[in-house]
Amino acid sequence: MAFALHDVALRIAGEVHLHPTRLALAPRGFNVLLGPTLAGKTTLLRVLAGLVRPTAGAVLRDGADVTGVPVRKRRVAMVYQQFINYGHLSVFENVASPLRVAGAADAEVRRRVHRIAELLGLGPFLDRRPAELSGGQQQRVALARALVKDADLVLLDEPLANLDYKLREALRDELPRLFAGRECTVVYATTEPAEALLLGGHTATLDEGRVTQFGPSDEVYRRPVDLVTARTFSDPPINTAAVAKRGDRIELGRVASWPARGGLAALPDGPYVLGLRPHHVRIAGTAAGSGEDVVIAGKVSIAEISGSESVVHFALDGGTWVSQTHGVHRFDVGAEVRFRLEIARGLYFAPDGRRAGAEV
Amino acid sequence: MARIRLEQLRHTYRAKPAGDDDWALKRLDLAWEQGTASALLGPSGCGKTTLLNLISGLLRPTEGVVRFGERDVTALPPDARNIAQVFQFPVVYDTMTVYDNLAFPLRNRRVAPAEVDRRVREVAELLDLGPTLRHRAAGLTADGKQKISLGRGLVRSDVAAILFDEPLTVVDPHLKWRLRSKLKELHQKLGTTMIYVTHDQTEALTFADQVVVMDQGTVVQAGTPVELFERPRHTFVGHFIGSPGMNVLPATVEGTTVRFLGHPIELRPAPARPPPAGARLELGVRPEFVRLAADGIPVRIVRVSETGRHRIVEARHEDTPIKLLVGEGDPVPAEQAFLRFDPAHTQLYVDGWSAT
Repeated sequence: MAFALHDVALRIAGEVHLHPTRLALAPRGFNVLLGPTLAGKTTLLRVLAGLVRPTAGAVLRDGADVTGVPVRKRRVAMVYQQFINYGHLSVFENVASPLRVAGAADAEVRRRVHRIAELLGLGPFLDRRPAELSGGQQQRVALARALVKDADLVLLDEPLANLDYKLREALRDELPRLFAGRECTVVYATTEPAEALLLGGHTATLDEGRVTQFGPSDEVYRRPVDLVTARTFSDPPINTAAVAKRGDRIELGRVASWPARGGLAALPDGPYVLGLRPHHVRIAGTAAGSGEDVVIAGKVSIAEISGSESVVHFALDGGTWVSQTHGVHRFDVGAEVRFRLEIARGLYFAPDGRRAGAEV
Repeated sequence: MARIRLEQLRHTYRAKPAGDDDWALKRLDLAWEQGTASALLGPSGCGKTTLLNLISGLLRPTEGVVRFGERDVTALPPDARNIAQVFQFPVVYDTMTVYDNLAFPLRNRRVAPAEVDRRVREVAELLDLGPTLRHRAAGLTADGKQKISLGRGLVRSDVAAILFDEPLTVVDPHLKWRLRSKLKELHQKLGTTMIYVTHDQTEALTFADQVVVMDQGTVVQAGTPVELFERPRHTFVGHFIGSPGMNVLPATVEGTTVRFLGHPIELRPAPARPPPAGARLELGVRPEFVRLAADGIPVRIVRVSETGRHRIVEARHEDTPIKLLVGEGDPVPAEQAFLRFDPAHTQLYVDGWSAT
């Protein structure tokens, strides 16, 4: 089953909630909607579900226009951030409810509920009430209900956001396995870049009601089309700095310069924005670098150690940079420290935000 | 400003506690030196918020004593304890301006207007709230409201401690990053004792100099982020801290040789003494300390997940899963591979507790 948005747009009381959007979801796979709160992720999910009718454009299912089809006539399942279960029903009946609504026979209901409960580790809890379960188990119940009815389209709206960190990790690990081999298309909204990468599949980055890019997740991550997409897809935030191309060199203020290689060589002279993710800014001398790396000195403003990594904020050329380096490295605030910029990993953006040239 | 000490503290929400399980917090002694940045870390229900509420005075302990310096404050309510608190959901008066919100805790304590003005402007400056001081709080984004909430926690200069209860849990990743860095910076500037409750290991480890890891009402380990990462005392700490957590593998010991499913594993240092008969024996090694090698433990590669900075590789030896991290751009074999564990970062666990 292939789902697509054909120039779909949504305005409510004159306010743009969704700019015209054209998007063909990857069938039978994970489609991640990545963006901050209010970027339009939930709106897009609601349009796909048929819960809200777009003011322009069409929602297509295998090429057929289903825009006006009410949600109950679509084979759609949705899971929200807030676990929604029926408190007065047992876990079994919670999971069974969509099948009961569809009028399935008892034997069929039992067979399917047990199969999905097994898959989600809910077997021992079927007789309990949802309130007797942990948060992670309650969200599994909501997931089980979404999966039990073999929907064509499963919409997950930040389903792990309210869970403890470790539970989130475990369920995130489980999800792709759970959907592997199923026929349904999954759309998964999240604010977290790491989640988009770990789930694999495709990612659409959203910003202020606009899809800025859509493609295989690691492709969007490595080759963002513009600065907004690069920012949306970086955690910790990507470092940015004003640079200038002059002849065959790129200059970072008066601090450093390096040769304009590869696709950069052909760019016209002028101002650009350099984007460099924190893990491409290393503490100098910590690991073998490449010959293209540029070493600079910065003044430490914050030093954090997360156990396996050191995160150092430093001032350079009037801006603040963040370096993320493997291992434990302690520094005092105010210390001058040398950092190695893995400049070959740098992304360059024109003043209008669009990516310029291509990284090597 | 003082050292905070908990002595023989124990707490239950039940009128007649029977077994150990009835205690939300089992008996403990803990102390925080003046000026520390500390975190209480653990899963929901581990007792971390109970512990925080006992320090603040929102709860009175069933047993034991809470001391600020030498003073016994066990029976004092929160407002008599001289502490500031920041909660998970911002506590902001929507009808007041940002300025009045920040000034509230000071005016409440009849601080002189000139001093109120000085403190409010200082805190607003630190949190980049300066330009919004005259705005009504109602018009602010979630981001702005959480900053006000933090600002109200930070505005008093005379507090014994600032207690944070999951202050960044409901915040977007980008903002979380900024506010966490801000807090760290503020701690470095102000030197006030800060105790921060969270279930998020990244928040705990990056913010705190001292982390108290809790599980089921007990303190499992208290230490620096590096200690918790490199020498977890219990497999729970190894699992809970780190993403992915530590690999915990079945082990056997004969004499001085430790084996994993028949393969000898070198540990440095070696276990101090032979484990007691019948004990549960496990090896703990973090994915960061497992590497691909030309020989060693034969495995099948079953899955590779991208995180951007590195890849998480899931391998299997027979049916036992082992996770490892592989750097950006480093090759991962398609199917068969061999693994080695870093001897300095592999530990033997006896009934869950480190024996190395």
